[in-house]
Amino acid sequence: MSLPFLDEFRQGAHLRALMEKLNERAGELARPVRIMEVCGTHTMAISRHGIRQALPESIQLISGPGCPVCVTANADIDRFLEISLIPGVIVTTFGDMLRVPGTRMGLAQARGNGAQVQIVYSTLDALKIARENPDAAVVFFGVGFETTAPTVAATMIEAHENGIDNFLVLSAHKVVPPALEALCNTPGLAVDAFLCPGHVSAIIGPEAYEPVADAFGIPCVIAGFEPADILQSMIMICDQMTSGRAEVELQYTRGVRPGGNPAAMAIMQKVFQPADAEWRGLGTIPASGLAIREEFSAHDAAQRYDVDVSYSREPAGCLCGAILTGIKTPRDCPLFDKGCTPDHPIGPCMVSSEGACSAYHQYEI
Amino acid sequence: MKSEDRILLAHGSGGRLSRELVESVFGKIMSNPILDRMDDAATLKLEGRLAFTIDSHVVSPIFFPGGDIGRLSLTGTVNDLAMMGAIPLYISAGFIIEEGFRLRDLEIIAGSLQAAALEAAVQVVAGDTKVVGRGAADGIFITTCGLGSIPQGIMLSGSGAIPGDQIIVSGTIGDHGAAILSHREGIEFDAELKSDCAPLGALVGAMIEASPNIHVLRDPTRGGVAATLNEIAYASGVDIEINEEKIPYRSEVRGTCELLGLDPLILANEGKLVAFVAGSDSEIVLETMRKHTFGSEATVIGMVQNQASSRPRVYARTLLGSRRIISMPTGEQLPRIC
Amino acid sequence: MCLAIPAKIIEINNQMANVEVGGVSRQASVILLPDASPGNYVLMHAGFAISLVDEEEALETIKLFEQLAAGQ
Ligand code: SF4
Repeated sequence: MSLPFLDEFRQGAHLRALMEKLNERAGELARPVRIMEVCGTHTMAISRHGIRQALPESIQLISGPGCPVCVTANADIDRFLEISLIPGVIVTTFGDMLRVPGTRMGLAQARGNGAQVQIVYSTLDALKIARENPDAAVVFFGVGFETTAPTVAATMIEAHENGIDNFLVLSAHKVVPPALEALCNTPGLAVDAFLCPGHVSAIIGPEAYEPVADAFGIPCVIAGFEPADILQSMIMICDQMTSGRAEVELQYTRGVRPGGNPAAMAIMQKVFQPADAEWRGLGTIPASGLAIREEFSAHDAAQRYDVDVSYSREPAGCLCGAILTGIKTPRDCPLFDKGCTPDHPIGPCMVSSEGACSAYHQYEI
Repeated sequence: MKSEDRILLAHGSGGRLSRELVESVFGKIMSNPILDRMDDAATLKLEGRLAFTIDSHVVSPIFFPGGDIGRLSLTGTVNDLAMMGAIPLYISAGFIIEEGFRLRDLEIIAGSLQAAALEAAVQVVAGDTKVVGRGAADGIFITTCGLGSIPQGIMLSGSGAIPGDQIIVSGTIGDHGAAILSHREGIEFDAELKSDCAPLGALVGAMIEASPNIHVLRDPTRGGVAATLNEIAYASGVDIEINEEKIPYRSEVRGTCELLGLDPLILANEGKLVAFVAGSDSEIVLETMRKHTFGSEATVIGMVQNQASSRPRVYARTLLGSRRIISMPTGEQLPRIC
Repeated sequence: MCLAIPAKIIEINNQMANVEVGGVSRQASVILLPDASPGNYVLMHAGFAISLVDEEEALETIKLFEQLAAGQ
């Protein structure tokens, strides 16, 4: 049995033809280009299909800050871990979170220390756990961008309306456009084009990147996640580069509509409001986070539990910020392979198995 | 004892209840002349080189589509013996049971362990039962030891791979891991997914008979094919390349992996093997395997490239025609959202 | 940053859809996608349908790839 709308975008013959065309277009470039894939899921797909290794020399792909788990700050993780150690609390989160280290420990260690941790596929599973354990407080760690935040918001609304008071959320949600702008404002930024996240765009709509393309003159192409999508998007970027355009273009036409998904946006905005947020390795970015609105404060774990995380420290010496912006390479980091390894990651670029430092470690060591 | 009974701490005390449990469950279900003596140890007569192994089994859920912890604990150990080219002969089994466990479930588990033993043509000749307090174990843990005899002239080891070896898998990859995942609490899917859990001794016997040039056999259990290939590359000091298009998967396994963001190469298999065979013999081995129930979908997925010049590596040729590194999986397999 | 895959809606009951991917089925909420109906393919993320798959657009894209491959 085939997987419709996946398999068609993985055909060897198509990929080879696209690759050939990309090579052609790359040959027309006046100078080498550095394309940042903003989204962690693109990073995963690129690695899984060996796209980076197949690229012509004039195209370099660099991984951006788009792995929501990897950019979660220590302070947020520490708060979640402290909550997890409170008796009577069951913490739930996505599997991605298990590897991310906090200041003193990670979630895996907290579990070892007696925390009740349930990995779920969906917030609805967490809500179910809350229903089944009325005597426990079930805290969901909300990480993720605009794709994920509406799913958490919808679950909170359901909990609220049905009086499931023991379902709480600790929000570390982030939004993409402010982070992109912050990146663009980085002095010395060495990125020529953005490969923009298809699924975030399905919610927020392609228009959200227009300020980036307009103000900074950086081409943005919204890409799907199959190898053919990614290759076609890079061809579109090359075309923009050679013709001197800097526009928002949509490659992922089957998944993204103009205006995005208004129903999902409305649900997200009903529960969350913009707030400043700290990004691991990048620092604080104004209005790049999502805080739970007053109306839903009964489900806000940050308000219910006043835990002391004054010990929180961001990993000292980590150069991820500069690596993400293409200014430095992992080799420049004094911690690389000394204290920071894939098994004991310090910064976000090592936490994600596909992050720049982790990939570098895999290939170069 | 009645089936609706539950296991009590006293069942592990060594007293009357223990005896009752052993006799009414294990003695009845696994009866054979050696076990029936109920001595302190089994006495066996064996000759030649032996393979001897141990494996502890913990699995959640205990009952899963395609098997249960009983079947798994037998096939796991039998397969470890088979991968050394040994003919599996004798098994011992230790049960650690959580207080309150249902007797009926224990009977089912012991029954499927015994059924798998018959299928694998081995005898369970020694056993032990301990009961621990509530919370001290997750239902039931089973440790099995296995003893097998290695036919003359057979020398298999993970360090035996050499350049030019063809790499064969005996069938679809990831079935067991996907079946278990689909029944995990908090994930739950509906799928016609079954664990592949099966004893491979007979398949290996036929393969060895067909060719003296099998260099490595491994069952890709925890960590899946990715871990197994990395272990072999390391132990043999070679670089390996597999072809992504050639790896056989069930569509449900692909569906599960797409949904959960997992790589099927790192999912566990419990009834599959990976064989490294001299290029000249790969056809005959493949043919032999395909005649066998547990090898009917056997296929060549790659080959050993060369002696490793630096760190031994496992590569996959992707759909695009480029090469990517398949690294040793780290940690547990969990659903991702990104 | 967000894994979402095309799944087919089999039926919808009370904002919950039974969706299918490669023979694997699961419950998914359609609360974020009020227009979804049985037979549609949707992008599913973390147990929620987040966007309809536009089949016509998909076929357009595939046609483009086919032409490209045929032209070589
Ligand atoms: S090596 Fe580790 S500490 Fe250094 S930049 Fe990379 S992730 Fe940060």
